[in-house]
Amino acid sequence: MKKVYGSAAEALDGLLFDGMLIAAGGFGLCGIPELLIAAIRDAGTKDLTVASNNAGVDDFGLGVLLQTKQVKKMMSSYVGENKEFMRQYLGGELELEFNPQGTLAERMRAGGSGIPGFYTKTGVGTQIAEGKEVKVFDGEEYILERGIFADLSIVKAWKADETGNLVFRKTARNFNPPAAMCGKTCVVEVEEIVPTGSLDPDHIHLPGVYVHRLIQGEHEKRIEQRTVRTREDA
Amino acid sequence: MPSDIKGWDRNRMAARAAQELEDGMYVNLGIGIPTLVANYVGDKDITLQSENGMLGMGPFPFEGDEDPDLINAGKQTITELKRTAYFDSAMSFGMIRGGKIAAAILGAMEVSETGDLANWMIPGKLVKGMGGAMDLVAGVQKVVVVMDHQNKAGESKLLKACTLPLTGKAVVNRIITNLGVLDVVDGGLRIVECADGVTEQEIRDATEATIVA
Repeated sequence: MKKVYGSAAEALDGLLFDGMLIAAGGFGLCGIPELLIAAIRDAGTKDLTVASNNAGVDDFGLGVLLQTKQVKKMMSSYVGENKEFMRQYLGGELELEFNPQGTLAERMRAGGSGIPGFYTKTGVGTQIAEGKEVKVFDGEEYILERGIFADLSIVKAWKADETGNLVFRKTARNFNPPAAMCGKTCVVEVEEIVPTGSLDPDHIHLPGVYVHRLIQGEHEKRIEQRTVRTREDA
Repeated sequence: MPSDIKGWDRNRMAARAAQELEDGMYVNLGIGIPTLVANYVGDKDITLQSENGMLGMGPFPFEGDEDPDLINAGKQTITELKRTAYFDSAMSFGMIRGGKIAAAILGAMEVSETGDLANWMIPGKLVKGMGGAMDLVAGVQKVVVVMDHQNKAGESKLLKACTLPLTGKAVVNRIITNLGVLDVVDGGLRIVECADGVTEQEIRDATEATIVA
């Protein structure tokens, strides 16, 4: 089975349709599938619902799909870095479903594991609990959250072998494994595809069973907040 | 620094919060004053969690050493330590929800006398999202809040009931303000400690929440 494709556009061929649900990896601008996002922008697919912790910034990350008004709804935990997002949201052009960050990650993990719902203490007694089933276990209240079953997962990893076994790098792992798990089809972009057999099987972060299509490409990897200390401080 | 705020300043509050941490703890620090707590842990063996997928968070990098693949939950560039471990967001919140993280030190807009916490949205103002705050307060073993005791109008932020949308219900254990330290106990808040130059009566006068003996 061939998983390696020549470009992001080729890798997405036949997978995109208007109104689809896409799960995207990344935290802020760290570990985002920037090549696949650009290809979805170029494809012009509309009315997207995107499950992603954040919504990028105005001109990078998922922000580029907001600029082109391809997104109908975001499922996120924090969207504070994006002015265009706020403009569309306050103008009623964009729906927003806030999810606590851990609930969003677990909803993806659960969906990818065939679990349609789970109970959690997160959000009990808050706005997040409104309309959700409450169940008491051992005297404590929990709310029901649903697993996410996405039409497509778009993911960024550091390295892959040709069978789609993935290795991530540092905090760029973040939402990528759970996002990869919850899609019917998962397309992954990496910085380097290495020959099968050259990754240590004990060091695979996400096995290739979750990965259907794979591309290698150059990444901008923009830094959102550059914070440094001077050598004199040390 | 001249200030009309009585008691501890930001750094003194952070230093006091650091006293809550014990050797061997795994801890999550929120944004703002809680971030400063890391400067005051001294010789204690504390491992900082960053909920985007890291245990063992190090200081900011030297200029030129920034790595776009290595950021904290505030999206700032950071460094790793010898003990550092990375993991995905589901495992990160698994350890938070599973009670493996000993404490979270967080900021607050309001706290109620029953330990309700409001720190994520003001209706009518720009809503950015709760991030991981709801998971943290619901899951970690101990929630310590660091906040100003009163707002700019001089009104208590320690209330009988929160007016803002909640981040969590009955989740706060200890409150550290510029005026002192208070615990959430049966029946209300108990004064544990007064800040330098602050009397118990001054704390009572500045607090709307019920103070119990």
